[in-house]
Amino acid sequence: MSLRIVVCVKYVPDATGDRHFADDLTLDREDVDGLLSELDEYAVEQALQIADEADDAEITVVTVGPEDAKDALRKALSMGADKAVHVEDDGLHGTDVIGTSLVLAKAVEKTGYDLVICGMASTDAAMGVLPAVLAERLGVPQVTLLSEVKVEGGTVTGRRDGDSASEQLQASLPAVVSVTDQSGEARYPSFKGIMAAKKKPVQSLDLEDLEIDADEVGLAGAWTAVDSAAQRPARTAGTIVKDEGEGGKQLAEFLAGQKFI
Amino acid sequence: MAEVLVYVDHVDGAVRKPTLELLTLARRIGEPVAVALGSGAAGTAGVLAEHGAVRVLTAEAPEFADYLVVPKVDALQAAFDAVSPAAVLVPSSAEGKEIAARLAVRIGSGIITDAVDLEAGELGPVATQSAFAASFTTKSRVSRGIPVITVKPNSAPVEPAPAAGAVETLAVSFSAQATGTKVLSRTPRESTGRPELTEAAIVVSGGRGVNGAENFGLIEALADSLGAAVGASRAAVDAGWYPHSNQVGQTGKSVSPQLYIASGISGAIQHRAGMQTSKTIVAINKDAEAPIFDLVDYGIVGDLFQVVPQLTEEVNSRKG
Ligand SMILES: Cc1cc2nc3c(=O)[nH]c(=O)nc-3n(C[C@H](O)[C@H](O)[C@H](O)COP(=O)(O)OP(=O)(O)OC[C@H]3O[C@@H](n4cnc5c(N)ncnc54)[C@H](O)[C@@H]3O)c2cc1C
Ligand SMILES: Nc1ncnc2c1ncn2[C@@H]1O[C@H](COP(=O)(O)O)[C@@H](O)[C@H]1O
Repeated sequence: MSLRIVVCVKYVPDATGDRHFADDLTLDREDVDGLLSELDEYAVEQALQIADEADDAEITVVTVGPEDAKDALRKALSMGADKAVHVEDDGLHGTDVIGTSLVLAKAVEKTGYDLVICGMASTDAAMGVLPAVLAERLGVPQVTLLSEVKVEGGTVTGRRDGDSASEQLQASLPAVVSVTDQSGEARYPSFKGIMAAKKKPVQSLDLEDLEIDADEVGLAGAWTAVDSAAQRPARTAGTIVKDEGEGGKQLAEFLAGQKFI
Repeated sequence: MAEVLVYVDHVDGAVRKPTLELLTLARRIGEPVAVALGSGAAGTAGVLAEHGAVRVLTAEAPEFADYLVVPKVDALQAAFDAVSPAAVLVPSSAEGKEIAARLAVRIGSGIITDAVDLEAGELGPVATQSAFAASFTTKSRVSRGIPVITVKPNSAPVEPAPAAGAVETLAVSFSAQATGTKVLSRTPRESTGRPELTEAAIVVSGGRGVNGAENFGLIEALADSLGAAVGASRAAVDAGWYPHSNQVGQTGKSVSPQLYIASGISGAIQHRAGMQTSKTIVAINKDAEAPIFDLVDYGIVGDLFQVVPQLTEEVNSRKG
């Protein structure tokens, strides 16, 4: 039996761009280039390594996002994933994590899976909770925030470096895993990979295909409301001093003035 | 008055500071009812009562330590059902967020994570969050269901507010999912004797400019002179100079201390994401063009190998 791996990847605005909110207080996707969330590259990488170790495996990448999110799927396919699923629907605009997890759960179930791999957090919303919620919805073990992951004989094991301890975890498949940026550098797509990705299948699904009611998702169906978003006032320009031999002392003077010493 | 459920983060009965901050925020919305789980849970009651908990619901079972996250969700849900609170507040640790989010789905509610402030509002609690590496501040609410909100450390002062704090045992029946992920072993992080990074009033961080594990002694000496926690940039962590548990930034810890001192750190967006909300920011960097200087209240353009030891010595001598 082939090991069916599904990797959840998100298309996000470039963090080094000038990100801001649109008039409806959702993420403005117009002015900033989008890309495959860097933290999801680690998920794709671990999927590829797990597939390499398995006798027979198939990797499907899934995204929920606007039309441009295909770029994220292409990137994952060019890294080596086999096929892609794109959930795209105008009704999805403004969906929050509760809605997104519902859509992803349905898409993952429809695709069929033994192992779902997510990134540790998206680089835009950065909640870091979707993998746990997805496991809750799918009713399978949550094995999240792994810095090391291994799949062997229907069991997933991994190391989770938590707030106060490092834990060794184990669960049976099917399971939902998320991996951190400590799990190992993601590979660059090769030229061959990029060419091959163009021919790999990308299935498009909408809300109807997933039998999801429009009022469960989107801005109107959202479970949270953003009432206002304000740009943080630029920090008032600080004092910048060139060290002429007394820099440490000057800094101490400043800290004493601020009552830190 | 409505009750507000507060999830207690504790280690063997020792309550961590962010939970006491949560009690301060909870009192703005209603009467805090604390939920403490796992070994030592009952031992938390004293300090929770001193800070406003009217009741403390406790449950001790081996499942909380032996399996990941889900047993705690089951217990928090049992508390939710028993109390029918107006809101649920959870500390924003990695685990806290996962527990909160799973509870939200179960009770049919929305969730807000990483709030930095919380006020009562006409339509329910209003949470302040920072977005896009703290370049924006948003106000949001949970619009469906009972609000579940996780709050970052250092978001509110710890205030004494004596209350009854009556201890009650919480009956929990574990779900089929509870034993899904086994914790095979747990290695507690070694204590350095320094304050916890996310809770510290002062954080002293070093980056690639520190140029070697052996030189982190300079950063530690400065930290110790100020009673501070030590942080590191990802470049320093990736180079193996300092443990990952001390990384500050998007994929490390998010800190919001009174004072943040960055030495040999350029100030990349991913680093800023984890420290930009610090009250006072100081940087030492030999490159006057480094983006970190855009954030600082006070910056020294200079060699950290000169400036940091001089600063440490000066701090120590001023302390007498
Ligand atoms: C998805 C993703 C997540 C990331 N997450 C994080 C994160 O959580 N935290 C994080 O920090 N980074 C993170 N990064 C990496 C981030 O982009 C930067 O690469 C990193 O912060 C750089 O670290 P640095 O400032 O120490 O190194 P550099 O950018 O190399 O800067 C070193 C600085 O030291 C100065 N310097 C050198 N020698 C001296 C000296 N003798 N005296 C004084 N100054 C000196 C230099 O002028 C320079 O400004 C992430 C990146 C990605 C893509
Ligand atoms: N719209 C999405 N489509 C596919 N995967 C997603 C989406 N949003 C989040 N994820 C996955 O969930 C992880 C955590 O996201 P978050 O909880 O938003 O920080 C990401 O790293 C992705 O693996």
